[in-house]
Amino acid sequence: MKKRYRPPPTEAGIAASFSRRAMLIGAGQAALAAVLAGRMGYVAIAQNQRYSDLADSNRIQTRLIPPRRGWIVDRHGQPMASNRSDFRVDLIPDQIEDADRVIAELTRILSLTPEAVEKIREDLAAAAGFQPVPVAEHLSFEKFAEVTVRLPDLPGVSPLRAFARFYPEGAAVGHLIGYVGTPNRDEYEAENRSPLLLTPGFKIGKEGLEKVVEQRLRGRPGAARVEVTARGRLVRELRTLPDVSGAPLRTTIDAGLQSYAARRIGDESGACVIMDCNNGDLLAMASMPAYDPNAFSDGISRSEWAMMSEDERRPLLNKVLNALYPPGSTLKPMAAMALLEAGVDPEDVVSCGGGYRLGNRVFRCLGRHGPMNMHRAIARSCNTYFYAMAHRHGYEIIASMARALGLGERFDMPVVSQSYGTIPDAAWKRRRFDQAWSHSDSLNAVIGQGYVIVNPLQLATMSACLASGRRVRPRLIAGEGPAPADFAYDPAHFERIRRAMSEVVNGAGTAGRSRLPFPDILMGGKTGTAQVRAISSGSRGGAGVARRFRDHGLFVFFAPVDRPLYAGAVVIEHGMGGSRAAAPVARDVLTYLFDKDRAMAALEPLEREWGGNIGERMARRTTQWEAARAAAAAAPPPAEAP
Amino acid sequence: MALVVPKQIAELPWRVMWIVIALAGAGMLSLYSAAGGSLMPWALPHAVRFATFLAMAIALSYIRPKLFEETVHLAYAGIILLLITVFAFGAIAGGARSWLDLGVIRIQPSELAKPVMMLVLARFYAMVPPREIGRWSALWPALALLAVPTLLILIQPDLGTAALLVLSAIGIMFLAGLPLSWFLGGAAAVAAMVPIAYSLMMPHQQARVLIFLNPEEDPLGAGYHITQSQIAIGSGGLFGKGFLNGSQSHLQYLPEQHTDFIFSAFAEEWGLVGGLVLIALFFLLLRWGMKVAVDARGRFERLAAAGLTLTIFFYIAVNLMMVMGLAPVVGIPLPLVSYGGSAMMTVMICIGLLMSIDRQTRRDPRRGGGGL
Repeated sequence: MKKRYRPPPTEAGIAASFSRRAMLIGAGQAALAAVLAGRMGYVAIAQNQRYSDLADSNRIQTRLIPPRRGWIVDRHGQPMASNRSDFRVDLIPDQIEDADRVIAELTRILSLTPEAVEKIREDLAAAAGFQPVPVAEHLSFEKFAEVTVRLPDLPGVSPLRAFARFYPEGAAVGHLIGYVGTPNRDEYEAENRSPLLLTPGFKIGKEGLEKVVEQRLRGRPGAARVEVTARGRLVRELRTLPDVSGAPLRTTIDAGLQSYAARRIGDESGACVIMDCNNGDLLAMASMPAYDPNAFSDGISRSEWAMMSEDERRPLLNKVLNALYPPGSTLKPMAAMALLEAGVDPEDVVSCGGGYRLGNRVFRCLGRHGPMNMHRAIARSCNTYFYAMAHRHGYEIIASMARALGLGERFDMPVVSQSYGTIPDAAWKRRRFDQAWSHSDSLNAVIGQGYVIVNPLQLATMSACLASGRRVRPRLIAGEGPAPADFAYDPAHFERIRRAMSEVVNGAGTAGRSRLPFPDILMGGKTGTAQVRAISSGSRGGAGVARRFRDHGLFVFFAPVDRPLYAGAVVIEHGMGGSRAAAPVARDVLTYLFDKDRAMAALEPLEREWGGNIGERMARRTTQWEAARAAAAAAPPPAEAP
Repeated sequence: MALVVPKQIAELPWRVMWIVIALAGAGMLSLYSAAGGSLMPWALPHAVRFATFLAMAIALSYIRPKLFEETVHLAYAGIILLLITVFAFGAIAGGARSWLDLGVIRIQPSELAKPVMMLVLARFYAMVPPREIGRWSALWPALALLAVPTLLILIQPDLGTAALLVLSAIGIMFLAGLPLSWFLGGAAAVAAMVPIAYSLMMPHQQARVLIFLNPEEDPLGAGYHITQSQIAIGSGGLFGKGFLNGSQSHLQYLPEQHTDFIFSAFAEEWGLVGGLVLIALFFLLLRWGMKVAVDARGRFERLAAAGLTLTIFFYIAVNLMMVMGLAPVVGIPLPLVSYGGSAMMTVMICIGLLMSIDRQTRRDPRRGGGGL
């Protein structure tokens, strides 16, 4: 192996090598200095903006000031949803060090119920980061102060003076106004993780108007820019941008009327809609029973929720918009209008012998009415007349009139949802069942049975159209919504229908007991009874059967007859007939519009009989329900097999 | 000038002294700002300490290098003894301890070990005959001399100091003329060892390495230091936020702002310009040190001067790379600027010894002054 000759190092060689190597090291040091200078230049110049922003976001915390929510007021400016000052306590999950200890301490100070504690723990487990978990609201100042002074020992606890939504009318406006609540995770994500939604005490609309017009009610949040240390200690306030309260929302509702209607429904379950029949403004949209939105805004307890879900009167359902009923005979004036427009002579007579034979099937009437012209057929609610007319002229003309008057229509309204039911016709049946339309379908549909289902608001709209002779559609927000339009129908035909409907109440009709208590103001209307159980099952849904099989009572109406101002509809579920259950409600509610004192005088004895006002009765029901539940829980569990 | 200033003062190596005074002054400004505009608790002790060490360095400069060469083995033995004592005390106290509390002063023997180790190695290589320099016998005694204090420091444990000691020692060996192939081979071996070493690391050490590579992965945890330091430097921009206006340091976002991360705090307030001035001052200091080494007369003086300069260099390099996010976070202060006595003492001892060598060179008639 050959090796390249290398002279042995000498003293001089070592010195020379030292100089060379020292130079190398010096160059290395210079190179490092250059790298450091370059790096520093890059960080401080090229990345300056980024790091400046980061330094600011370290230093400056923007604490949002939630805006005060706009009021919801009635047509006269009376608040239906307002705000009141509120002391509350929240937990900030990220800041809690020892959740058990903090919760125990809060439980002691605020005397939280075990149920509340359980809910807090659950919320805490599901909470996202800084999203606050509400502990308690509506605290007295003393309790609030007691928490506040203990703050240094309670990391993660955030006491706050906020504003709480207040609904003066309580359950009477429950379904209409909806309620507000703490945003959930989905709502937070849906708003691009807006930090406002994480602000303690901030609530958003969850139902009804509160939800639909959320953005208008919300306002603009203010912000306090504060400088804080790494440990979160506040150094100074930099600038405060005041919040802008949400604008008030004026509705078309008459709060007094709404409340009266809700109270008048009493212990029944049902809906009452009143419209200004000339422009479609909704004056009342009561659906009872309902939840108290005040209770929902506080975060409803599980037992309250369970109670409401189990209630057969369905307090969670908005019966004005989301309940569908067979309209029964309330459609007869509309059907008559369709016949008039089709050229039927109103004096044509059909003789009622208690039914109508179609092939080998007899369609029954409620009585043997004898010879019926249109006027009397409406007043006496004779099925036979309408069976015969529908058979003779076909159902299509009636279906198209029904749609023109708003039945089966989804209204352009600020509501969370509406069920708009069915006005059937041949095309619909073909689509739905792939079957041909039959004469018996026509006969069923013309008396508002069979496939026909509508919601109470549609009935009220129909009534308003008949009353005004104009195409009106419901409007809920003052100054907004569809404008009334003229029909191409003969005004004289409307007049004829109105007279017949007046006869129902004021003449020899089915609702004679529900005349208005004024000599000069007459109400026109039409009763209806919607079968819950098919007629073929033998018995009608009358007094003798279980509540859930009883017929619904319906009534459509308008007043005054000579110069209609108001129109509406009342549905009383399982009320066993329109004249008995629904028409008296309509009478009293219309009375309220013309003479409040008189209407209140009529209501007071009724409420005494029912056992108090809505709030009192709801409270009693809750107590009873909880007692029953406690008794069930206390009962010994069934012995297990060994 | 010559009229007023006495010869003895005029003859002091003023250029290097201005550099160290400027650096210590920068440290003082930062410490004053870090305390929210107060001399206490850091700025004043820093100044007092610096003045003391400067006096000590000047005193050292009057001692001839020959004396250090002849007595360094005693100093070496003393250091080993101190390290053992510290280890023993640490064992008694039941934990890591690198301090020796002597009542009045607390000394950190591992710090003293650095200049002493440089002198010991310089003396060893001064004695190796040129012919032997490429042989095994030129390596193993040096490695043995290095291994004893290094191991004692490692078990304290003080990984940072041990690493700096080893790096400086390798530097001296390189300058002493050991064959290049040994260093290349060693570097290759280390490179090959990296994956193995990584796999032998504790999980938390591995995490540190990973976070160093990507600090933003864990901005609130172990990456917090690096992230906040970069924010401080980056947000300072060209001219800084101004004296006493550094939000990162004042609001305690920047951790260890008075010790390891003082450069970031300084750069935040004085900007790129201030930071570059500081880097330039350090570079001038190192250049002076290397010049002293190159100009020195004897082999011992040359190697000692170079080794001492390397010691200072590694402090600066590791600290600055760390605060700029170019090296992992290890507890290495920035000498003369950071608050704390040990690093300043080490560096001032090094500077004192360098001044002594420089004085020797300048007095040598054959070289005819020079120094700078």
